[in-house]
Amino acid sequence: MKKVVEGSHAVSEAVRLARVDVISAYPITPQTHIVELLSEYCSDGTLNARFLRVESEHSAMAALIGAASAGVRTFTATSSQGLALMHELLHWAAGARLPIVMAEVNRALAPGWNIWTEQTDSLAQRDTGWIQLYCEDAQEALDTTLQAFRLAETVHLPVMVVLDAFFLSHTYEPVDIPEPEEADRFLPPFQPAFCLDTENPAAFNQLAPPNAYMEMRRSMQDAMESALDVLDAIEDDYERLFGRRYGAVEAVHCDDADIILVTSGTITSTSRLVLRQLREKGEKVGLVKMKAFRPFPFEALRIHTAHAKKLAVIDRNFSFGAGGIFAQEIRSALCNLARRPLVFGYVAGLGGRDVTTDVIEDIYWRTKTSAHPEAESIWIGLHQPAPAA
Amino acid sequence: MELNVLDRDYMCSGHVGCPGCGAAIAMRFLLKALGEKTMMVIPACCWSIIAGPYPQSTLKVPVLHTAFETGGAVASGLRAALDTKGDTETTVVTWAGDGGTFDIGFQALSGAVERNEDFIYVCYDNEAYMNTGVQRSSSTPYGAWTTTTPGQEWKRLRKKNIVEALVAHRIPYAATASIAFPEDLVRKVQKAKSIKGSRFLHIYASCPTGWRIPSEMSIKIARMAVQTNIFPLYEVENGVRYTINYMPKGYLVREYFKLQGRFKHLTDDDLEQIQEMVNEDWELLLRKAGVAMSAAGTVA
Ligand SMILES: Cc1ncc(C[n+]2csc(CCOP(=O)(O)OP(=O)(O)O)c2C)c(N)n1
Ligand SMILES: [Mg+2]
Repeated sequence: MKKVVEGSHAVSEAVRLARVDVISAYPITPQTHIVELLSEYCSDGTLNARFLRVESEHSAMAALIGAASAGVRTFTATSSQGLALMHELLHWAAGARLPIVMAEVNRALAPGWNIWTEQTDSLAQRDTGWIQLYCEDAQEALDTTLQAFRLAETVHLPVMVVLDAFFLSHTYEPVDIPEPEEADRFLPPFQPAFCLDTENPAAFNQLAPPNAYMEMRRSMQDAMESALDVLDAIEDDYERLFGRRYGAVEAVHCDDADIILVTSGTITSTSRLVLRQLREKGEKVGLVKMKAFRPFPFEALRIHTAHAKKLAVIDRNFSFGAGGIFAQEIRSALCNLARRPLVFGYVAGLGGRDVTTDVIEDIYWRTKTSAHPEAESIWIGLHQPAPAA
Repeated sequence: MELNVLDRDYMCSGHVGCPGCGAAIAMRFLLKALGEKTMMVIPACCWSIIAGPYPQSTLKVPVLHTAFETGGAVASGLRAALDTKGDTETTVVTWAGDGGTFDIGFQALSGAVERNEDFIYVCYDNEAYMNTGVQRSSSTPYGAWTTTTPGQEWKRLRKKNIVEALVAHRIPYAATASIAFPEDLVRKVQKAKSIKGSRFLHIYASCPTGWRIPSEMSIKIARMAVQTNIFPLYEVENGVRYTINYMPKGYLVREYFKLQGRFKHLTDDDLEQIQEMVNEDWELLLRKAGVAMSAAGTVA
């Protein structure tokens, strides 16, 4: 059924459809609407789950680690400071191979306090062993959340469904919400491969000496490597049932493109418009949308971009002392190819600054007219030139 | 009293605790009292090691090892999951050290018991961060040497009264227990098991390695801590009903202090001052329990 819902609530609806057993969360803008609706669903019986109103995000993740270890389906949502507070436990959840699903609404980190969108919070967690999927609109947020449970439960890794603050989380869009029976057909009840059991007592997450630890880490990487194929198969099923699929990477007009814009999140939607306008003017431009960041979609990225002359990567995030994070990883994914495009790294829209069609067009023309990137990272839309060091 | 519970054993020999480890003795009694329908949540502490490396386990019940500060929260989630599975029989127990309870895990513990989560939280108290090599915690008593309170920097701050902090949350049951009083310990564990909601047990667990005592003195020193009023045995129901379980005979604290290397720098004056503090704490407890002072063997 199509309904006009807020982006946050598209996620909540997916969690309802997933028949989650335990939810644990702590308020933080701009995530709060997701769990507020779930809290209502739990109290009015729409969703038969336990909702733990814990005293911090740290405890929200810890509680889910406890719950998932008993083999039930779990969910939480957070943003920014909350995600940073969870950091130690993100490693824990992944290392314990728990299929926890978390919605993460991208918000800039303080100081100064800033509740607006930026991806540095989630990207700073890239080495924790969580799968990260970036969404473009409310429909994708719903679909991805539902898929995330199957993905997590198949590969035994936690999944972060990532969405932009406000531009996505607080924007109302028409969303096709599956009926519960349809969702059940896609997502069967969770059958844990292992869980705490008094009939079969075992120790979980115990001391792992050097002779055991490395194999455990390798098996996490094996799971990550399988995740893209698994996601593909899950999307096959999803498409059959609901008629929608996204792909770990989406390529638009890349076949004959000289310059390819590479985006993630809601900047992608704006870029689609710019792409259409530039194409109408005869520009040979393409667009790659990065949905999966972990696992990193090396193959798909190479296939879609290797023949282009230049990539213009737009990063709404930054790693101080290095550069935009997508740009860094894209450079390293391409560096061993005999024929590869020049990678221009653009940093735009930090702290929720608007990335308009004008900004994206500007990025395109700068890329086209420059023989080489003028800097490691090119900051777009600064009010004044940065003061000399 | 049912004493044959002590014949059951859910802890294997061959664990890697130090000789005389009070925490190992405490765990043994705890599980005897609880039985096999028990799940243990163990945040970082000496017991993370004692419980054995992959792929072995010292305990014959499920163990969920977890991060240092998460004992209260992980148990909350585990309990919630068992509830959704319809398992009301299994007792969820968090087993944490004093550092994991008094310090880094205090927020999660306070949050969990404020929500009256249905689990037993046990703090085995060896009065310092022992796993990392004897650093002070807020449970380290006044007068003690640790590696972070060395030489003349010995700890000149009182031990946090963790039971009173928990009692202030008005939880259904809070009690102290000691490895030197196993019947009392087992009774309290069984009582805790029979109650619903948040239950807190504070178990005194001597540490020969960290306290600089011979391993064979472990139980004796634990007994003296009770007999001197340093670690009184009592229980509190619903945050208000105090019962003192052992009326001491009036031993002087100096007898307890002089046996332990961690206190060897203390002068007679220091010991007198400590005696006064212990008296003061004991009198406060008596008032809460409504016991007349004269009946209670306070040391002059
Ligand atoms: C966040 C974090 N900080 C520090 C540590 C290191 N650490 C592990 S156990 C421990 C001390 C534990 O002390 P306590 O809770 O009293 O238990 P004990 O070792 O005395 O049995 C410390 C500091 C850790 N594991 N995690
Ligand atoms: Mg300790």
